[in-house]
Amino acid sequence: MTHAVMNKAPVKVILTVNGQTRQAEVESRTLLVDLIRDGLGLTGTHVGCDTSQCGCCTVHLDGQAVKSCTLLAVQADGRVITTIEGLAPGRESQLDFTTGNTTPTMPALHPVQQAFSACHGLQCGFCTPGMIMATVDLLKRHPNPNDDQIREGLAGNLCRCTGYVNIIAAVKQAAVLMASTNAGSAA
Amino acid sequence: MYAFDYEKAKGLGQAGAGLAADPEAKLLAGGMTLLPSMKHRLAAPSRLIDVSALAEMRGITSTATSTNVGATLTIGAAMRHCEVADSEEVHKSIPALAELAGLIGDPQVRARGTLGGSVANSDPAADYPAAVVGLNAVVVTDRREIAADDFFLGMFATALAADEILVAVRFQVPKRAAYAKFAQMATGYAMTGVMVADYGDLVRVGVTGAGPCALRWHEAEKALSANLSESALQGLNYPSDDLTADIHAPAEYRAHLISVMTLQAVRNLLNRK
Repeated sequence: MTHAVMNKAPVKVILTVNGQTRQAEVESRTLLVDLIRDGLGLTGTHVGCDTSQCGCCTVHLDGQAVKSCTLLAVQADGRVITTIEGLAPGRESQLDFTTGNTTPTMPALHPVQQAFSACHGLQCGFCTPGMIMATVDLLKRHPNPNDDQIREGLAGNLCRCTGYVNIIAAVKQAAVLMASTNAGSAA
Repeated sequence: MYAFDYEKAKGLGQAGAGLAADPEAKLLAGGMTLLPSMKHRLAAPSRLIDVSALAEMRGITSTATSTNVGATLTIGAAMRHCEVADSEEVHKSIPALAELAGLIGDPQVRARGTLGGSVANSDPAADYPAAVVGLNAVVVTDRREIAADDFFLGMFATALAADEILVAVRFQVPKRAAYAKFAQMATGYAMTGVMVADYGDLVRVGVTGAGPCALRWHEAEKALSANLSESALQGLNYPSDDLTADIHAPAEYRAHLISVMTLQAVRNLLNRK
């Protein structure tokens, strides 16, 4: 097993992360989630298990939900990645009353994020980034999902707190929010 | 995970040469089994040859006609489960196969995992092997064609040579077919899954999850070929002698599941118009 201790040459990868071109040197064995968290400092993507089951690490690869703990960074070379940090379209500004200046602060929330917040579709929040990324993908496939489609669509994401009731409510509310947002932008 | 070299294959020949040159090298397609195995150090390949984008291993083609007699549906080994589940071509010629693909794992797994990876791995509880056996498929490799009945040899064992590449699977389009699966609650893997396919004179019954690898239930095939109905299965029991016993279920339970899932598949098949 000599290869176990051999140092393999680093590999250069270039990928688009949340709209920005990012470049990194990684080992072949570097997991995409480790590049995202440790290499790019985007710690909103979580690692909840080591067995590809929990879905906390869900990101979008070319627009499709995948588990970034079960993907090598080199496999994502040249691809488009969206993480939870890149979901919200823009930033809300905040007026500083003492100076009168407007400063960008929190990102405006994506409708799915808003719905998870409004419905309290979480308790500890650890699984939430993955839940939200999976939900965005789910709503692309089923814009108006029924309970079965929601349960099936989130089958790859585990929440150890909630019992899922509020999560399912959040997905339903997100569907309504997104339908009205889309109707608004189409008008 | 131990260190390894990674390369994107530029062609089938190059990938094959890479495997032949290094017995510790492995092909990588979706990686849904291989990468977790490597993370747990159950596998430590020296080199991963990524075949996920090889044109020779992509695509879905059907020769289906209105009668379907003799028609085939060929699916490239690197086609992902979600692509098979959503394929119009598959829905038209073998809807049961699209349904089976949609039952594998979860959406994130289906976004990455491939037909070829699943079939070449011969996981005893994987879904696709039931379809390969039940739909009388031919496994197409870089050097030959292997009949389904000769392909699965045991748990994680197939007829593939160490440096042989599974390129595509050619399914025989049935008049109608149905897949019924009893999923393990935690993993979603098939405790037992049964594909029943009606080829007119012959009905095939492919079973996964119950034994060390995919198998046919010949006794049920005989009964259903003579009389394709639920009652034809009455009194038939698969012998539990060679079936799997583990913490999830004893062999007798799996034998019973074969009967129940076969009955359910036949019921679904007869409801299919």
